[in-house]
Amino acid sequence: MSRSKRIPLSYFPGCSMATTAKENNRSLIEFCERIGYDMIEVQDWNCCGSSSAHSVDAELAEDLATRNLTLAPEGRPLLAACPNCMLRLRGAQRHLAEDPEAQKRCEARWGRPVDPDLKLIHFFDLLAGADMKGLNKTSPGLKGMKFVPYYGCMLARPPAMRHEPNHHGLIEKILSDLGAEPRRWGYGARCCGTFLSVVRPDVVGAMVDAIFRNAAAAGADCLVTACAMCHMNLEVRSTLQNRISVLHFSEALALATGKGEDRDWFSRHLVDPRPMLRSARLIA
Amino acid sequence: MMHRKKRSDGKNQSLETIVAGNGDMGFVREVAKRSGTDLSACFHCRCCAGGCPFIEAMDYAPHGVIRLAQLGMRDEVLQSATIWTCVGCHTCSIACPMAVDMAAVMDALRQIAIESDAAIAEPDVLDFHREVLRSIERYGRTHKLEIMMRYKVKTRDWFTDMDVGLRMLAKRKLDLMPSRVRNTKDLKRMFRENAEGGTP
Ligand code: SF4
Ligand code: SF4
Repeated sequence: MSRSKRIPLSYFPGCSMATTAKENNRSLIEFCERIGYDMIEVQDWNCCGSSSAHSVDAELAEDLATRNLTLAPEGRPLLAACPNCMLRLRGAQRHLAEDPEAQKRCEARWGRPVDPDLKLIHFFDLLAGADMKGLNKTSPGLKGMKFVPYYGCMLARPPAMRHEPNHHGLIEKILSDLGAEPRRWGYGARCCGTFLSVVRPDVVGAMVDAIFRNAAAAGADCLVTACAMCHMNLEVRSTLQNRISVLHFSEALALATGKGEDRDWFSRHLVDPRPMLRSARLIA
Repeated sequence: MMHRKKRSDGKNQSLETIVAGNGDMGFVREVAKRSGTDLSACFHCRCCAGGCPFIEAMDYAPHGVIRLAQLGMRDEVLQSATIWTCVGCHTCSIACPMAVDMAAVMDALRQIAIESDAAIAEPDVLDFHREVLRSIERYGRTHKLEIMMRYKVKTRDWFTDMDVGLRMLAKRKLDLMPSRVRNTKDLKRMFRENAEGGTP
């Protein structure tokens, strides 16, 4: 893509990607920059409230989301890759549009308006329109990597959002356009357990182990996750000795479209994916 | 490990007679209003229960919570473990033929339970949520290491997860210092005003 056609985006990383999943963040930025977007981090963004704020305090949850919306500069779409952050931002945006009281509250709270035309884009929305086959001709690709897609709860949503586009199958489509081989399995939409991973590790551990067993039985070399929290819960909660690795979708994309060596990302995984990537000849 | 709660008087909940009309109808309206969900839409097809990944760790199935709420059985539903175990994953919502927003109903019930000082069936869950919010109040973002440490102090459970924590530290997954918002003044004011129950 020529330089003039580059598209600037406001970028909201969220806490998981800014901290525990830096490898997710870095590979995502690298990939987006490569396909023609300029990623401009939202100044001073705050936590979206994770699974906790909306659980215990509806007003607080809304305030946390609206603060972020007010920080997005006018006229530039806002991109987030964390499904939960996106859900919170979209929920607040819808509420602001429907309820003048919510708008008043937001302005009084933060002293700044929200751009009424602010476009919220999830990373998957961006990918849905991207031409991966074209890109594949000029990039190393992922030939030889067998994977199962793991969406977690990302494809589910509240009834009020049921008419919005759903990206079921997108991980498989994009990665197979890049040469990887998806395997069929039945656990791709199992919720990762979010906070129960901390409070009820027994429950989540058993479930996560079942996910890994089924992924391996499907013939996959790795799982590919869409959400940083899923990635962490899968990695830290499994009690299995031998298990396959878990790649962030963004890592797979960045790897497929650029050089795979000298990456600091993979050393941050609890199960090192490098032996798998080497045996598939995807890294040296 | 199953996590079913026995009633304190030892009775089996499912065999009791429920007298319809004894319920707290003001409560039914309150839940409906807060959740934006018409509770009477649910006709107990149990599709939600079939898909819920955490039903094993619940005392009532998700539609059971809706039933209690429909009947205005305030104390029973506010004291149930299910409202705390539900992670709001919306898996049930995509299966529900009546578009019941289960996650919103659970949010509403938890919030009413907290506000009305109901007995919390899963105090560890609430402790965890409170630690997350405390972290956001301090830094504007979540500081995972501190949340975990403080949660451990509260629950006095030091050893579960020690190995997980160490492995995460070794892999640089737990930062020692928080990622933070530079100006947290507006956030701190928001927390204060919300706690005082005021609108801005
Ligand atoms: S799926 Fe919907 S209608 Fe069916 S029992 Fe559950 S909440 Fe009720
Ligand atoms: S939202 Fe709650 S009740 Fe529904 S499937 Fe998820 S955990 Fe179960």
